[in-house]
Amino acid sequence: MQRDENTNGRREQYETREHDVLIIGAGGAGLRAAVAATRHGLSVGIVSKSLLGKAHTVMAEGGIAASVGNVDPDDSWRQHFMDTLKSGKFLNNWRMAEIFTKEAPDRVYELEQWGALFNRTPEGKISQRPFGGHTYRRLCHVGDRTGLELIRTMQEKVLATDSEIYMETTVTKLLKKGDRVVGAVGYTRESGKFIHFKAKAVIMATGGWGRIFKVTSNSWEGTGDGVVLGYDAGAELVDMEMMQFHPTGMVWPPGVRGLLVTEGVRGEGGLLRNSEGARYMENYDKEKMELSTRDVVARANYTEVQEGRGSEHGGVFLDITHLGYEGIMKKLPTMYEQFKNLADIDISREPMEVFPTVHYTMGGIKVDPETCATNVPGLYAAGEVAGGLHGANRLGGNSLSDLLVFGRRAGEGASAFVGESVHSADIEADAVRTEIGRVLEPLEKGGEGESPYLMQQELQNAMMEHANLMRDGDSLKEGLGKILALKDRLPNVRVGGSRLFNPGWHTAQDIRYLIQISEIILRTAVQRTERRGAQWRLDYDGPDEELGKLNFIVTKDGQGEIGIERREIPPMPEHLSSLFEEEKAKA
Amino acid sequence: MSAIASAWKKLPWWVEPSAVVLVLTVFGVYSFVAIALFGGEYQQFVSPFYSPEVPLPGWMPGFVTAPMLVLWIPLGFRATCYYYRKAYYRAFFWDPPACLSKAQQLDRPWASNAESYRGERALFVLNNVHRYFLYASIIVVAFLWFEAFRTLFGPQGFQISVGSLLWFLNIVLLSAYTFSCHSFRHLVGGNKDCYSCIRGGNARRKTYNFVSRLNARHPQWAWYSLFSLLATDIYLRLLQAGAITDFTIIHFGG
Amino acid sequence: MTEGNGNNPGNVTSRAHSPVPNEDLGKSGKTAKLKIFRGDSEGGQEVEYEIPLVEGMVVLDAVLAIQAEQAGDLAVRWNCKAAHCGSCSAEINGRPKLLCKTRVEEYDGEEIHVHPMRAFPVIKDLVSDVSWNYEVSKAIKPFHSSEQAPFTMYEEDVERLYEPKKCIECFMCQDVCHVLRTHHKHAEFAGPRFFVRNQWLEMHPMDEEDRLGDLKEDNGLGFCNITKCCTEVCPVDIKITDNSIIPLKERVASEFYDPAKWLMRKIRGNGSSRNGN
Repeated sequence: MQRDENTNGRREQYETREHDVLIIGAGGAGLRAAVAATRHGLSVGIVSKSLLGKAHTVMAEGGIAASVGNVDPDDSWRQHFMDTLKSGKFLNNWRMAEIFTKEAPDRVYELEQWGALFNRTPEGKISQRPFGGHTYRRLCHVGDRTGLELIRTMQEKVLATDSEIYMETTVTKLLKKGDRVVGAVGYTRESGKFIHFKAKAVIMATGGWGRIFKVTSNSWEGTGDGVVLGYDAGAELVDMEMMQFHPTGMVWPPGVRGLLVTEGVRGEGGLLRNSEGARYMENYDKEKMELSTRDVVARANYTEVQEGRGSEHGGVFLDITHLGYEGIMKKLPTMYEQFKNLADIDISREPMEVFPTVHYTMGGIKVDPETCATNVPGLYAAGEVAGGLHGANRLGGNSLSDLLVFGRRAGEGASAFVGESVHSADIEADAVRTEIGRVLEPLEKGGEGESPYLMQQELQNAMMEHANLMRDGDSLKEGLGKILALKDRLPNVRVGGSRLFNPGWHTAQDIRYLIQISEIILRTAVQRTERRGAQWRLDYDGPDEELGKLNFIVTKDGQGEIGIERREIPPMPEHLSSLFEEEKAKA
Repeated sequence: MSAIASAWKKLPWWVEPSAVVLVLTVFGVYSFVAIALFGGEYQQFVSPFYSPEVPLPGWMPGFVTAPMLVLWIPLGFRATCYYYRKAYYRAFFWDPPACLSKAQQLDRPWASNAESYRGERALFVLNNVHRYFLYASIIVVAFLWFEAFRTLFGPQGFQISVGSLLWFLNIVLLSAYTFSCHSFRHLVGGNKDCYSCIRGGNARRKTYNFVSRLNARHPQWAWYSLFSLLATDIYLRLLQAGAITDFTIIHFGG
Repeated sequence: MTEGNGNNPGNVTSRAHSPVPNEDLGKSGKTAKLKIFRGDSEGGQEVEYEIPLVEGMVVLDAVLAIQAEQAGDLAVRWNCKAAHCGSCSAEINGRPKLLCKTRVEEYDGEEIHVHPMRAFPVIKDLVSDVSWNYEVSKAIKPFHSSEQAPFTMYEEDVERLYEPKKCIECFMCQDVCHVLRTHHKHAEFAGPRFFVRNQWLEMHPMDEEDRLGDLKEDNGLGFCNITKCCTEVCPVDIKITDNSIIPLKERVASEFYDPAKWLMRKIRGNGSSRNGN
């Protein structure tokens, strides 16, 4: 369908595509949602910023957490639930965690049913490895490329449906009719041509926003499009102050700084040492040592370096040499290759140099645990872009099962919504036209302006400096000042070249998201005046009992400014709270 | 070894196909001249080109010699071998001569249009009979083992000589080449999806894994065994011509 | 939860000011020169760029530095920058390479020419249109088992499937394959990547589909003349020719080209010996 529109006094053509469900993001959650929705016979469109199968899900290496109990039969959803809440410092949405831990095993089996291949136990079952903060060996894995296995399996499953996939397409705005979301505007990166998506329901599955930091394991895609699109459409955000720093990112050479070193290394017995050769984790968590939760290990690594016990390039040492070459090639082949190729390090002979790297965003769009519906009718969210499940700190391996459990639920929820709805997805033509004009601005204004690349670097440096894994009020406020200054400069962004696959133009879109999210993070981080999980305020002594009972909910207020509400976490029902009491009684 | 390999990689792309053409041509001409014009025995030694010995029927045309009745087997085995196929498609047919972009532009310089390519779907579909050449070659290899043992029994009784060592080296390399064959790998286990579901599956799997390890060096076995064939035959020619004498290393019972 | 934060060292306000990574680390004072193809489907030419050389720099770092500082609209695909996702495939000095895995230092003294993959239509600069691959993928019969997971499968039955499963879909094997690159058999030939996928599907102990007929006809397995360029360029070291293509050729030979097996089937009167079970 082609339609002529008049934009800025010029005829701008755009295409209109109609689907029952539009899914934004083609990582694990988006693809799982697509499978769910197509099973209801709905027409599904999937929009992906990259090629299919390149989503950040492939970077998940260690495994997928599910209490199938193949190697530790004592494991149960209850224990998984308790581990998840303890790691999240009880900020988690307990109902989400309950659903999650109960359904994770089924999602793993489902993957196997669809052709995924996991490492096996001698009994021919799916093998499981230990991971930080998990009481039992719980991570189903295939070497250190579990995410690749998951995304490839889902990709092939989705290719077998009649979902339409819009590869290398960016969504820039959600369209609303009244209070409902009824579609989106996007453009094809390849050609720069615009598309108006009409949809009865939209599922956000866009992942995280690690790119607001300089040192991150995230790819260019992690710019948080979905969270800002949702926020602009009126969705509530939760726990935005909670950013996970993965304890072990590469340090050297400079080009690979921040690249992920899987937690699987510690799962397989990797030891952390400082430049004095001491296993310093005994000073931070004597009981769990290297397999403590990520927030604890990340702070330990950070502190060792800060206090002058770091390596030449500003890292600590992670040693897996005890596995030997054969063992490493069996359990961690990707890590071996990564260090061999990129750093000239043979990890079977020498230790790795590592330092924390921004990895994951616990916060995100607030959703209903049962259906993944947001507070905006017609808008759903699943995966990293959704918040609530992980609380103040995510356990390793919980993200992959999160994608599948809530990807499926979002697909089901959206399908039910579509089934009940009779509304039309038509909107006034003006809305699309205005949006196209806005998106084209940096390209068409001409004249001298600011480079989106340099602006992004400036923002990343500011966030590194002021919102790192140790925070204090003054520094956060200073950072906020820098971000607000960048916000003021946003209209000056100019890019050269044509619309044809123009990364400069694409970055000009991303920078708006990055600035918006950074502002939200800094503002909420200023308000959470305590030490809890990933939020570690040096100007406060410890956890604050009162703050531990509430989440910060962010919405766009009437003036278009950030509104922060302190919302009490509802009390846990008896059947869940009793689990913790029983455990306490045993101990 | 890896130093040689990396030095080899640094050479211009045309070195490898040229070397293949040179070696295969020299080998082909040499072996044809040898079997067409000369006998293949000297005392206890029989050239690997001449075993097993089959009687030459009288009705055969004059240019056919006895070894030719057997040699089509190893020749066919090598001609349909997955490794030699790669070697000759690249070196003789330039299809492609090498992987580098500019080398690929020279793909099949004689062909009028690039789309006429049929790969192994036209004439070369015959290469699919490889497994039958394998079966026959295994019989030939058995005879060559017999010949190798026969070299231990010289005119003065049981002995080990330089010649014997060469014959044994040759048959070991020929066996490695034959049993590292892709078709053999398929036969022993590549055709099964599940070893734990079949009788004798464990043995099948172990054999398959062993053959797979051999198979990873199939190209090397292909060349080493070609050179050892050549060396063995030349050694025999030198003995025949009296240019050298076979040096006995150990001699029993004399 | 033991936090060990009772006497946590780090209780100093200034520590919140994280050290921004030192920008000068690894700067060598030298520069790197790259000649990058700039153009689109209509054609184009190489443009030379010069940037400061940083220790351990990969070609993708250099390209991104050029993009940020000199050529904002320089098109390149990349994602994970860790050789896990297979996005940044291009041709360096005439050979398919992952830009994120290729060190600039490797080309010490040589000129570095960076071009897009040529077996597919060029979109712009280093980006080519690889969508054809997804169409091929869609046409392959997906995994199917009538048994209900969780499966009982043993390591010894599946260990050979890990290798084809490593594939990151960089499509460099497709790019280097002369059947596609030179002979343009895209309509009749699936390419090495999809033989790799077919191989694990066919060898999977639980899979019940039969793809041998498709492999012979639709996927054009016979076009492959096993000249092994795919294996040479695979960034995750899959022995594509030896471990995926030839085993499939052998299975297809058993099914369609083996006279004795054909005869036996005629005599026994049963249809197929497929699936290796």
